[in-house]
Amino acid sequence: MNTAWEVFAQVTVNGIAVGAIYALVAMGIVLIHKATEVLNFAHGDLLVLSAFSAWALITHVGLPFWAVVPLVGAGIGVIAYGLDAVIVRRIAGQPQFAGVMLTIAMAFMIRGAVSMGFGPESQSYDTPWTGQTSELGGVAIGNLSLVIMGVSLGIAAALWLFFRHTRLGVAMQAASQNQLAAHLNGVRVKRLNSLVWALAGVTAAIAGMFLAPLSLVDTSLWLITLKALAAIVLGGFGSLPGALIGGILIGLIEQYAGVYLPDGSRDIAPYLVLIVVLILRPRGILGDAHGRRV
Amino acid sequence: MRFDYHTRYRQGFALLRHRSDWLSYGLLAAALLALPMLASTYLVGELGYVFILCIASMGLMALTGFTGQVSLGHASFVAIGAYAHAWLMAQGVPFAASLPLAALISAAAGLVVGIPAIRVSGLYLAMVTLAFAIVVEQIIGMWRGVTGGYMGMMVETPQLLGLSLGSPRVFYYVCLFVAALVLLALANLMRSGIGRAFTGVRDSEAAAYALGIEVNRVKVGAFGLSAGITGLAGGLMAHHIGYLTPDAFTLLLSLDLVLMVVIGGIGSLRGAILGAVLISLLPNAVAALKSLLPAAMARQTGLEIFVAGLVLALFVLFEPTGLNGRWLKLRALIESFPLYRRDMFRRQKTYMKSERNR
Repeated sequence: MNTAWEVFAQVTVNGIAVGAIYALVAMGIVLIHKATEVLNFAHGDLLVLSAFSAWALITHVGLPFWAVVPLVGAGIGVIAYGLDAVIVRRIAGQPQFAGVMLTIAMAFMIRGAVSMGFGPESQSYDTPWTGQTSELGGVAIGNLSLVIMGVSLGIAAALWLFFRHTRLGVAMQAASQNQLAAHLNGVRVKRLNSLVWALAGVTAAIAGMFLAPLSLVDTSLWLITLKALAAIVLGGFGSLPGALIGGILIGLIEQYAGVYLPDGSRDIAPYLVLIVVLILRPRGILGDAHGRRV
Repeated sequence: MRFDYHTRYRQGFALLRHRSDWLSYGLLAAALLALPMLASTYLVGELGYVFILCIASMGLMALTGFTGQVSLGHASFVAIGAYAHAWLMAQGVPFAASLPLAALISAAAGLVVGIPAIRVSGLYLAMVTLAFAIVVEQIIGMWRGVTGGYMGMMVETPQLLGLSLGSPRVFYYVCLFVAALVLLALANLMRSGIGRAFTGVRDSEAAAYALGIEVNRVKVGAFGLSAGITGLAGGLMAHHIGYLTPDAFTLLLSLDLVLMVVIGGIGSLRGAILGAVLISLLPNAVAALKSLLPAAMARQTGLEIFVAGLVLALFVLFEPTGLNGRWLKLRALIESFPLYRRDMFRRQKTYMKSERNR
């Protein structure tokens, strides 16, 4: 095995690990967009909030990581439910732009509140897997990256089962396809939409808690929203499997660009992909056709 | 109450319709012209900056408010205008020629972004512009030969006919002049055929097309116009900052511009100006607020962004027509004083409409 191959394999594994996080965030945004047609720009800030809460619980309260995950996940879920039930629901029926502005406003407020509540400094915390590596076919992988991949795929599978085989999941699909028809069939659309927000909040919380140990606990983590948007567009807007594939592809593209392309292209590669895909193939890999012609 | 009695066709769309308008706008102009003689240098400098933001916000209003195309990346055009202007000045181009040239370069960049706008709309356009802004910011950081990268770039002192425009008081007049020029140009444009085409495309593309408006050309043209005006603001901002780095043109500036347009009130030039004034005064208001808060909270840095978010959320929820809408309601209250009813502006109940299958 030569070194070029080893580098390639290493980069690929890193790309998939990073992409798994993007996929997790992207799936949360797609969930909300499918249910309520609101593009949630505050998603990354829920992630920041979860990372800081996890840090506070681990460092100041002294809880172990495995206890923090369900606690913070449930907390963020409740907060996301409240965000929809109290704030976002009020703008139903207004143009999409209002939803974008409102979620940007919520993003600002959450970011400001986190910065005021937890302090502006970057923090870090350890997970049970920090610093351990495994060998897979001659490639060293951080155990944390493996766990992240597992968690992402697990959540994707759980979501698939949930939407396919439970009453609640089918009701959510019905409400997202036609709210009025679903309502007339006895689906409680408002409550379901808030529940979708809660579900998306939980995925954001999990993404935040697993991402933060990889980088730092910092308010700039919200920028992952933008990469998740690139993933959503690449995978096809409004498609959960598309978000998963798109996320992993964006992770791979980013890592390959960092190694094989000139300096700095790593930071712009996801956004170039976003622009090119939207211009050349707006429906992405798995999305439905959208848009209209005059 | 006041009743309009028109004796000529043109009275219907005159810029200043009533004699009281002439008086109030004349007084405002006189006050703005006299201000630098009275106020402190610091205040004059800050007001010059407010005018620059007004120009940028009017530029975005031409796109978002009048043509209905969302752009979350207008800081990129501010940046292109600023760097183009600074680079041209460094090459020896005089100030009076370099500023319009910078606006033209920025407009050309706007045309390039506008072409995808034919294919994508709504949320997708918002994402394209957002991505474009990030790419531009990174390219400016990498293109060291022209922009100086993250090291930054000096901006030369502006000169006109051998006179230095560097001092804040003189520069205030430059900014005021350009802002007034842009305001007049846009106000006139909006009552011309092109402006009506803009509004037509915003309200219904299909209807506009049926009326013989070339929707694609209008969309791209609006992008170019908006980018050009924003680039003009960028050129002036280069002088206000004095030393250009990519950090001055981040996503936050883009979002600030969108905030100005939305808080001011979509679709009105008065709104663009009111929004720019409010958003540029917000940091000062927050600083004043901090002295009232307990010390532990006042030290934190997140308060500015929290207040900005709160103001935006309150406007989106309770006053979607923005400051301009509030002003129109106030004026209606005063003009129709004893007859005003609370339900004159009651908002109708709205229901969820899917925009997915349009």
